[in-house]
Amino acid sequence: MKSAVIVFPGSNCDHDMYHALKILGHDVRYVWHKNPNLDDFDLVVLPGGFSYGDYLRAGAIARFSPIMLEVRRFARKGKFLLGICNGFQILTETGLLPGALLKNQNIRFVCQQVFLRVENRSTSFTNANKLRRPLKIPIAHGEGNYFIEAAGLEELRANHQVIFRYVDEQNNVNAEANPNGSIDNIAGIINKEGNILGMMPHPERAVETMLGSSDGRIIFESLQEANKKNRKALSHA
Amino acid sequence: MKAIVKIKLKNGILDPQGKAINNALHHLGYNEIEDVRIGKLVELRINGRDMKNIQQRIQEASHKLLANPVIEDYEIEIVED
Repeated sequence: MKSAVIVFPGSNCDHDMYHALKILGHDVRYVWHKNPNLDDFDLVVLPGGFSYGDYLRAGAIARFSPIMLEVRRFARKGKFLLGICNGFQILTETGLLPGALLKNQNIRFVCQQVFLRVENRSTSFTNANKLRRPLKIPIAHGEGNYFIEAAGLEELRANHQVIFRYVDEQNNVNAEANPNGSIDNIAGIINKEGNILGMMPHPERAVETMLGSSDGRIIFESLQEANKKNRKALSHA
Repeated sequence: MKAIVKIKLKNGILDPQGKAINNALHHLGYNEIEDVRIGKLVELRINGRDMKNIQQRIQEASHKLLANPVIEDYEIEIVED
């Protein structure tokens, strides 16, 4: 699977992402934000960090970066697009995913392990999840408080677009397990078409048990599965 | 000419920064202050005379970039200097 990690000025999780994809067998490349061509790739990742210093609003300036037009075109073809943390903020600013990410409710930068319930296991990003417990994956952000107006939230729920929710270790959704004030404990969502996923937690920091958890692997492994199916479908077409 | 764009969170969206400042003001004894909302002020220096066009362009720019219409409201004021 050919995967691209987009590098903006101010990205700082690009190396972690590259490492995670590499050890899980992706054929991975960095792509500088001025490089306009993504045709060869199956997956594009917008990594975490502080693109353009988070000026104005997190993700607001990156949205107008030269690569984003190409990223849109890439996603329109139905190829996989994954936004982590700042990448998720960029996806909402761009309008590729609905809603917005506000300042954390406690105004602090939160850096900790959280537990995530996978709400929909039939997506290209979660199909490999066989675990019966919540995923343990870290977060590190100051603006991860997911917001969407009531009608939008209803729509997300009705279409099973809420993919990850913050839970406690026993898999209960409650206020104590919500690290940033996100509406409905939402940690990650997918678009209607099912090829664009945004999430605040960092699965790329949870791929080796030695470093605390390897639960993040399921996302990258799911994508490989989904990609195989995509390719088969294409070759039969 | 100058355009001043005032941006604030939409009513009903919790402003934790404003809340913290409200608490600090109460600690200082300003108990008559009931609520604080924090916003942004963007000042744009403009080269041009066509008022109608400027108003429309700044409106467009505010909608596209300066504010995020999902969570923020904005007001535009054009002033001669």
